[in-house]
Amino acid sequence: MSNNDLLVKVENLYRYYDDHCAVQNLNCELRKGEILGFLGPNGAGKSTTMQILSGNLAPSAGQILINGVDILDEPKRAKANIGYLPEQPPLYVDLTVDEYLTYCAALNRLPRSKLQAARDLAKERCGLKDMGHKLIGNLSKGYRQRVGIAQAIIHSPAVVILDEPTVGLDPIQIREIRALIVELGQEHGVILSTHILPEVQTVCSRVQIIHKGRLVFNDTLTGLTQRMQSTSLVLACRQTPEQAVIKTLPGVHDVQPLDSHHLRVHFNADNNPAEIVAAEVLKRGWGLLELTPEHKSLEQIFVDLTTADETGGATAVQERAA
Amino acid sequence: MMVFTIAGRELRHLFLSPLAWCVLAIIQFIIAWMFLVQVDNFLKYAPTLAGMASAPGVTDAVAAPIFSTASVVMLLVVPIMSMRLIAEERRSGTLSLLLSAPVSMTEIVLGKYLGLLIFLLIMLGLITLMPLSLAIGTHLDYGKLFAGVLGLALVVGAFAAAGLFMSTLTKQPVVAAVSSFGLLLLLWIISWAGSGDARFSPTFHYLSLLDHYASLLRGSFNTTDVLYYVLFIITFLVLSIRRLDAYRLQH
Repeated sequence: MSNNDLLVKVENLYRYYDDHCAVQNLNCELRKGEILGFLGPNGAGKSTTMQILSGNLAPSAGQILINGVDILDEPKRAKANIGYLPEQPPLYVDLTVDEYLTYCAALNRLPRSKLQAARDLAKERCGLKDMGHKLIGNLSKGYRQRVGIAQAIIHSPAVVILDEPTVGLDPIQIREIRALIVELGQEHGVILSTHILPEVQTVCSRVQIIHKGRLVFNDTLTGLTQRMQSTSLVLACRQTPEQAVIKTLPGVHDVQPLDSHHLRVHFNADNNPAEIVAAEVLKRGWGLLELTPEHKSLEQIFVDLTTADETGGATAVQERAA
Repeated sequence: MMVFTIAGRELRHLFLSPLAWCVLAIIQFIIAWMFLVQVDNFLKYAPTLAGMASAPGVTDAVAAPIFSTASVVMLLVVPIMSMRLIAEERRSGTLSLLLSAPVSMTEIVLGKYLGLLIFLLIMLGLITLMPLSLAIGTHLDYGKLFAGVLGLALVVGAFAAAGLFMSTLTKQPVVAAVSSFGLLLLLWIISWAGSGDARFSPTFHYLSLLDHYASLLRGSFNTTDVLYYVLFIITFLVLSIRRLDAYRLQH
């Protein structure tokens, strides 16, 4: 079966808080070697989803398979494959880093003989080598975050779930943590939530955007970049420009009428036909009013999807996903 | 065994904070004071008692009052020690470490309970040393002493179970402490009610934590009394497990 490397499979996930629906019909998949970015504004349901995936919250409906094991039917077996870093790292401030990580390793049922090796490896990967004897309570925020990540990977789980791992860190620490996440993504499957867009661009291989508990975008990073790169021009003329004419111009990919005076001209990113289009319009005397380049940034896609008219955004994505 | 891992961590946590040491020291001082007063009294009345036919021995005169006082002190101390068990982990967000680890709710609850119980038994051991020290100079009734120690251990175990349950109900440790103290005090004095009413009186007496303890202190080992405490402990542990489970379902 090709499902061998399917680490996480979530189907029709719902979660209600009283009458409020925090997660609505969410589906997602994670394969080995993938870094999945959950993106969404505050209160979109990212943390709730992550809590459900890690077994901290029970879903109202839906199924979650971790490595093929249902987390509700066999929580112990499923949780053995998960490393979870909540928004607030679950640290005991009165322990030293070594004591804490040893305890975490023991909680994850590592045999006694492997505790120290696992602890040292996790410390090394998270850059905590010289911090072993320090009290967690005395560490800075950045180091605490690292201890939190070390805790999540100490038993080398198949799936690592990180809830906003770079919040509150300084830019250097952010870069280091991102590098660590990329490294983790090579051996584990990583699910990452964030509301920082560049983070997704630098780190993730696949992006899911959640808004009001619903999945509004689901694509690979390449798909996303393509979507951002397929830039376009908006052409406005006094007279009605002829679509067919513009379309035959070199470099023009597609033409889309907006109204009788406006056209959207799609082109490939490496070949901007603005000059040729302008010359053509002038030659034909259509009365050039406006020629504006349109760039779609991730921000724009994000904003389009999450604000605008919700139904329109959602259908657009469904089309794309289908 | 996950239960022991969690219990070990709980015990360590207690001894890493000054609270445990402070409580041990203060309790030891207060009980020692009581002990000296009891020994002093016993020495004062010893000549009179020697003339009586069925006079209380040194175990009755010294050990029983010590255990009786200790139980009242425990009524105050156990809620303070048990309040943070779950409540603090919930408040500081560390509970998710346990919830996302491959550990069942039962293991979490039993581990937490065992950790606290071991601490309380250490305290109990230190208290027992005092009446036991009389063995150097006189003859002790070890049967009665054992019944007293067992009684206090059961009482303390019951307090800890109730305290653990209260700690699962709230995120505020202090609220947990106050409510477990309230619950325990109520169960302590519940037999005061209905003393005139023949219909309810036995029920209230059965429910009372104090009455079962009193009979153990007199040296009468009764299965009903022991069973009462065992049932009490199991009930509150099961309730704690259920409560922790339900925590995942709602918010």
